[in-house]
Amino acid sequence: MTMTTMREAFVDATTALLGEQPRTALVLADISAAAFAPATGRHPDRVLNVGIREQLMMGVAGGLALTGLRPIVHSYAPFLVERAYEQIKLDLDHQGVSAVLVGIGASYDRAAAGRTHLSPADVALIDTLAGWTVHVPGHAGEVPALLRATVAGDGPAYLRLSTLGNDRPRGTDGSLAVLRDAGPGAPLLVAVGPVLDAAVAAVAGLGVTVAYTHRPRPFDAAGLRALAGTEVILVEPYLAGTSARLVGDALADRPHRLLALGVSREELRRYGSAADHTRWHGLDAAGLRRSVSDFLAAGR
Amino acid sequence: MDFNLQASGMTIMTATTRAAEAGPPAPLGPLLERVRAGREFGPNVYSTLDVLRVLYDRVLRITPATVDDPDRDRFLLSKGHAVAGYYAVLAAKGFVPADWLDDQGGPDSRLGDHPDRLLVPGVEIGSGSLGHGLGLGAGTALGLRAQGLTTPRVYVLLGDAELDEGSNHEAIAYAGAVRLANLTAVVIDNDSASHGWCGGIATRFTVNGWTAATVDGRDHDALYAALTGQDGNRPHVVVAVVREGE
Repeated sequence: MTMTTMREAFVDATTALLGEQPRTALVLADISAAAFAPATGRHPDRVLNVGIREQLMMGVAGGLALTGLRPIVHSYAPFLVERAYEQIKLDLDHQGVSAVLVGIGASYDRAAAGRTHLSPADVALIDTLAGWTVHVPGHAGEVPALLRATVAGDGPAYLRLSTLGNDRPRGTDGSLAVLRDAGPGAPLLVAVGPVLDAAVAAVAGLGVTVAYTHRPRPFDAAGLRALAGTEVILVEPYLAGTSARLVGDALADRPHRLLALGVSREELRRYGSAADHTRWHGLDAAGLRRSVSDFLAAGR
Repeated sequence: MDFNLQASGMTIMTATTRAAEAGPPAPLGPLLERVRAGREFGPNVYSTLDVLRVLYDRVLRITPATVDDPDRDRFLLSKGHAVAGYYAVLAAKGFVPADWLDDQGGPDSRLGDHPDRLLVPGVEIGSGSLGHGLGLGAGTALGLRAQGLTTPRVYVLLGDAELDEGSNHEAIAYAGAVRLANLTAVVIDNDSASHGWCGGIATRFTVNGWTAATVDGRDHDALYAALTGQDGNRPHVVVAVVREGE
């Protein structure tokens, strides 16, 4: 049996939504156009493939939203978020309209494709904007409900899909969910999306509480305050430190130490697999274990 | 432009030119002076004014009462710096109070040096960074079409220098390819593109399947004919040629 990927789950859920909700539209720039061929045939006025034109893709989404439609905009993460960033800023936010951006590729899903297809900075870039919701699902099974709830809303949102993930879905509302409780005052590890399984494996035998979220924005600051003692470990599948400022803000009145793990800024200039890059960035269980152990030891 | 037309005694043309030199008639002229408030206006202000007047006087199906009507025509000012005449026209037509013109750009003003659709009634898009209007216009035209709104038309005003931005060419190619028949682009050609447009501006559109009309940007009847000259099957571009000193 073939496992459904996040991308397939997104295509299926979006195709269903287009049939159910006349307000929904989909804008593509060739990526995944073949997978959406059935939807294009059924809804030719609301499934719009503009060709390899990402600025136009986002501009069209802004225009659709100005007429009252709810556009879903989809491409590879670097082309969706980085190439068309000014269009996100101006054609959506500045116009006072919004869209649901759905990216694939994540930080290094297609590692062998090289730097052009890597997008570790996507969440940080979206984070320069106000009011965005960011979902980073950890399993394909989390995608349909997330997409449906997001499309049903009105706000701007980015869904960051990946070929990496955990062994099973965690159905949470986006607030921090405790999956491993080491008791009051224990160091708190916050795992975002696909890094959860590696993070749980990394702290085996250590007195560390593990909380999961697929929704780094808006960050669950209240949950963090309730769960955190004085030591917090962030593990994010994108640029290291992306959520550090929010942890700092949430714990501003509390002396604390923070270890923010994620993808490094350095361009590795190496190909290989996504698993290789996970290891090289220290985000596999062994790498995380080393970082967490060093961090905890330094505080003792 | 043909200077010989005026030299050979084309009285209508001469009269039009003199009217332009004297500024637009009331109430627009005095309103424009209120925006100007003693400052120097760049040529772009005046080069855009005739197109704006023809659009708002004779073409656009929009009034202050219909700014939120889904069935209204849309006018998108993509060259957002051409704002002085735009604000004056919006005031003349009652979209904004004339009082707003007096402190344009001030700390409490809703009228910036570029327009913001969230601050100014009747303004369809916030613009300023060049090359955004045509993509937004294409999306608006597509959104209207998807909702079965076949009456409204989308007009996007650009400048010849603005066409330097590659985003325009993404929109031009795509709108032509999908025969976006409810879209009209208006390009004010005041010869301000640093490297010009060898072969003409209209050809950038027609080669992609648009219809095109290139007219004297100060000739109101010619502008009206061009602005209503779409064939109903394809997107349409009007190149309004305005040369300083004429």
